[in-house]
Amino acid sequence: MAELIRVVLAEDGVLLREGLVGVLSRFGCAVVAAVGDGPGLLAAAAEHRPDLVITDIRMPPTFADEGLRAAVTLRREQPGLAVVVLSQYVQEEYAAALLDTGDGRRVGYLLKDRVVDVQEFMTSLQTVVGGGTVVDPEVVRRLLRRPKDPLAALSPREREVLGLVAEGHSNSAIAARLFVTEAAVGKHVGSILAKLDLPPAEDTNRRVLAVLAYLRA
Amino acid sequence: MDGWERPRGGHYRDAVSTIETPWQALRSRHYLLSSGPWRAILYGLTTLPLAGVVGVGLGTLILPWLAAGLRFNDGRVIDGPLLFVMVTALAMFAGAGPLVAIPLAAIERGRLALIDQRPVQSAHRPLRTDPITWLRVRYTEAATWREVLYGAFLGLIVPVVYGMYAFLALIDFAFLVSPLFAASGTDSWQFGVFRVSTLGQAIPLAIVGLLLIPVLIYLLGLIAAGQAATARALLGDRDGTALRAVAQSRARLADAFEAERRRIERDLHDGAQHRLTSLTLQLGMARLDVPADSPAAAPLAQAHDEAKELMVVLRELIHGIRPQSLADLGLPAALRELTVRSPLPVTVTVAEGLHRPAPHLESTAYFAASEALANVVKHAAASRADLLLAQAGDMLVLEVRDDGHGGADPAHGTGLTGLADRVAAVGGRLLLASPAGGPTLIRVELPWQS
Repeated sequence: MAELIRVVLAEDGVLLREGLVGVLSRFGCAVVAAVGDGPGLLAAAAEHRPDLVITDIRMPPTFADEGLRAAVTLRREQPGLAVVVLSQYVQEEYAAALLDTGDGRRVGYLLKDRVVDVQEFMTSLQTVVGGGTVVDPEVVRRLLRRPKDPLAALSPREREVLGLVAEGHSNSAIAARLFVTEAAVGKHVGSILAKLDLPPAEDTNRRVLAVLAYLRA
Repeated sequence: MDGWERPRGGHYRDAVSTIETPWQALRSRHYLLSSGPWRAILYGLTTLPLAGVVGVGLGTLILPWLAAGLRFNDGRVIDGPLLFVMVTALAMFAGAGPLVAIPLAAIERGRLALIDQRPVQSAHRPLRTDPITWLRVRYTEAATWREVLYGAFLGLIVPVVYGMYAFLALIDFAFLVSPLFAASGTDSWQFGVFRVSTLGQAIPLAIVGLLLIPVLIYLLGLIAAGQAATARALLGDRDGTALRAVAQSRARLADAFEAERRRIERDLHDGAQHRLTSLTLQLGMARLDVPADSPAAAPLAQAHDEAKELMVVLRELIHGIRPQSLADLGLPAALRELTVRSPLPVTVTVAEGLHRPAPHLESTAYFAASEALANVVKHAAASRADLLLAQAGDMLVLEVRDDGHGGADPAHGTGLTGLADRVAAVGGRLLLASPAGGPTLIRVELPWQS
């Protein structure tokens, strides 16, 4: 990374907040503000114009979905802002609300527990800052298990590939994971997009649309 | 459908039918030989002193009003002193009436057991507070004023009835003893138009007197039963106020448990869970700084992994106490989350326009669904299940259906009994239909206001 990623962090637990600041600093991010509630996050993001916002969902004052609402607001005000939301438990509605903002890129929805796998967590952050979309594997796992969904037309292998796409992996990374060639992955992705009725078009990230199709199913 | 409710209901009916009401006792063919007449006599005799005292007290208070009525009838004016005495009497009745009526009612409820063994429950709300609050509550309770009314009944009507009965009994006694007097030849007796002066005239009278004894016994039984019924109606808990208070305190208890669960969940989440996540993060950081070939690398990796496992354990523990999604997102979302955790495909249908129930109802419904789904997985050999959440009248209804082999029996410890207890604690009920061969339907009904 040529220049520092400027981060605004919102997390109400002081210990965890300090821990995250430590992790981010160690990986070359500049934490320009670390706050503990929704209003504080909105103020800090407006003031510092960061590259990345990381926020917990459950924060004061409501201890409900304060962080998520702040994230959605920020995405509306600054469409290109990269936002990663940390959730205590998987809620597909939360992920869908977040992915519905902007073009569905530069957003991430992760379980809070993922932060303890420092390396993977940082990779996810870099994916989001780099223009990607990251959805927690648990969300994807659940979506794939739904009894009735429009994705029933997909083969098990295609579901697997789509799951990895939703997690933000590139074709080459998927190929490495599944021990197949990148061309085979490309073929699967093409087939998935066709089955989900996502025709090739300019200016739309069809991979993101495929993930959205999952979340809205 | 409500197969397991029947034994309880049946048992309850049996318990009631073994106790006779005074009326049932009177209708018995063996009444004269039973304890009934003696009970009635005892009840009547113990009534007398109470009715006497209350009657004298009430009579004193009524006296000025009677005097005023007479004066008014004669066309005379009601003067100042009389008016003052009238108002004072009324004030004393209203002011002191309850203070006399409440202990009197307690005695009368106790005395009722002489003739009627059905338990009679005070309709007063249970209170254990300072005297001022006690007075304020008691003076505003309908039960108190029904007891005052009973006091008036006991003081004014009961003496008249018993007086008339005593008069009849006295006449009968005279009939019975008339031969003795006739034999002594002291004097002649006049019973209305009937004149007795000889033994021959007295004997038929004595026979009539003898025949009247059972009639008098029955009459006393009737009077006592009537008095007991009036006492029951005025002094008892006829609309279940006290029972409702019990139900309310049970609901309060359920609420308290719910609040306690929330507190524990919050404490664990804000304290232990946060610290553990932070600790695991520190361990993750430390791993990055320790070279892979260092002797500390393996133990550190193990510590990190164990901390991560502990995070999962703690999360499940907190979820079991009270799912955060339930508090944050409400019942429908929490039920959907629940189905995702189930190894079976489960659909959730939520009726449109369902209002959000109170937290303890949400919690009960959630755990009912959780337990029912766990049962389906463990016992039913089902391939799928359906959850339905709806409002029916003033009930929150949760249904869990599966396509398994049925035959669920609450008597055989399938966890259904514990579930039924939990549902009953908020005033709800659990219904089960599970024919052999399936399918199984569990229906939980929770009163919206419990």
